[in-house]
Amino acid sequence: MIDFGYGLTPSATLRIENVQNPLFEELHRREPDVAKCIACGSCTASCSAGCFTEMSLRRVILSLQRGREKEILPMLQHCMLCGKCQLVCPRGINTRHLILSIGKVYGPADQKEEVRP
Amino acid sequence: MSENVVVIGGGPAGIEASRRLRDLGYTPILIEKEPVLGGHLARWDRLFPDGVEARSVLDPMLQDLDGIKYFTDTTVSSINRLKDTWVVKLSNGLSAQVRAILLSTGFDLFKAEKKEEYGYGIYERVITNAELEDWFKAGAVPQFEGVHTIGFVHCVGSRDEKAGNRQCSKVCCVTAVKQACEFKEKHPEVTVYCFYMDLRMFGRKFEDLYLKAQKEHGVRFVRGRVSEVSEDIDGHLFVKAEDTLFGKPLKIKMDMLVLMCGMTPADGTPELARMVSIPMGEDGFLVPASIVGAPCIAPREGIFFAGTSTGPKTIPETLGEASAAALAIDRYLKTTARR
Ligand SMILES: Cc1cc2nc3c(=O)[nH]c(=O)nc-3n(C[C@H](O)[C@H](O)[C@H](O)COP(=O)(O)OP(=O)(O)OC[C@H]3O[C@@H](n4cnc5c(N)ncnc54)[C@H](O)[C@@H]3O)c2cc1C
Ligand code: SF4
Ligand code: SF4
Ligand code: SF4
Repeated sequence: MIDFGYGLTPSATLRIENVQNPLFEELHRREPDVAKCIACGSCTASCSAGCFTEMSLRRVILSLQRGREKEILPMLQHCMLCGKCQLVCPRGINTRHLILSIGKVYGPADQKEEVRP
Repeated sequence: MSENVVVIGGGPAGIEASRRLRDLGYTPILIEKEPVLGGHLARWDRLFPDGVEARSVLDPMLQDLDGIKYFTDTTVSSINRLKDTWVVKLSNGLSAQVRAILLSTGFDLFKAEKKEEYGYGIYERVITNAELEDWFKAGAVPQFEGVHTIGFVHCVGSRDEKAGNRQCSKVCCVTAVKQACEFKEKHPEVTVYCFYMDLRMFGRKFEDLYLKAQKEHGVRFVRGRVSEVSEDIDGHLFVKAEDTLFGKPLKIKMDMLVLMCGMTPADGTPELARMVSIPMGEDGFLVPASIVGAPCIAPREGIFFAGTSTGPKTIPETLGEASAAALAIDRYLKTTARR
């Protein structure tokens, strides 16, 4: 191929119209409250891990909704399950339980529970 | 002799409805538990969106009470159904037998101390929106020395399942922006922040006020809910939130914090609802026969609503509803023959 010195740049636009997101649907089935998040950021602001790491539960939830789990799952390794986020969440989401469920649905295969088709 | 109608709650809704009922030829009996009429309007200094004085709205109403029998410092002791009438007994020993009752008991401000993580009642420099109105009204902000940075915290006790109030209180976003502008007008050197989840500037001219806050006053808007507040040894406040647009947790030192307390159902309303056997909504506010089609009419004969007893409203909305309720009562009394 001739090298013109430039190439096609993949689009940076988030395309969400046809996102198939069976993992998130499974998460939603187990943890219906995940859909209640209003992205207020209280969890992130209070997070014990967030001061030192990138951990942000708000971003985790949003990224999973958008089917972008690859970018975000490593964050969860920093979570200490301390539950501070649960104390401040105005939507009353059981965040610790949610984080554990995320691990079950999205975690490495050997830790993952059987996901229903 | 003109027919009596009992109106319970002497705030903007109750006063306005009483005046309209009087104009329609009835004798309203207006009952107010506090020593003065006016409800929350009597406490506010200036009103959004234009900053008119609250007094300029309330005073003309209070000067036009001829033909209205009103009782302050008075509550309802009992209400009983007798044929097609309601027998209302008052704490002052009087009683009235009427065919129609209007419930205009309004709202209570959310009790800020319930949100312990914001430190109201613990830290001196954490105050409420209503207290700031008191200060504006008194013409001076006490403890003002050394205040360089102040923050407004939106949604205090609203949109908060933990606080037991899921609803949006509707008026506090625009009140915060109004108070932020007023503060900047008085003290331009102070840096003012608003911490919000969504800015609900729904009404006419509200967006203009927001624009003014940004452009003229340089109010700094941070999109993130305050998660907690702490205090240092000198009394400075440390506020934690996430700057959700930037995607980073943030911590900021403040000299003063104003909590935008929302509207909760008035304390005595459930008891009144029980007396006339009507249900309260899950959110604690009164429930009309149809929230869209008949917002002033209760699902019970002869009971009517106006104002914030059925949920958060602005003053113009409250006054409009009060007139509508007076008309609904008039129609009810004219179309149901006395038995
Ligand atoms: C901080 C803040 C600022 C605001 N600023 C503005 C503004 O600038 N512009 C605007 O349009 N709106 C504003 N509002 C909204 C405004 O206050 C309300 O729309 C208005 O007060 C509603 O009137 P109301 O009569 O329904 O209720 P209220 O004002 O609450 O009046 C109810 C009355 O009923 C009495 N009552 C209650 N229970 C009983 C009982 N059991 N027996 C006898 N009496 C009883 C109460 O004592 C009170 O006097 C503001 C609200 C807040 C919270
Ligand atoms: S439980 Fe995890 S996400 Fe929540 S505050 Fe603690 S460390 Fe942060
Ligand atoms: S505190 Fe709750 S509602 Fe707010 S961003 Fe976190 S999970 Fe979502
Ligand atoms: S009006 Fe604004 S501050 Fe008040 S509850 Fe609604 S979103 Fe929160």
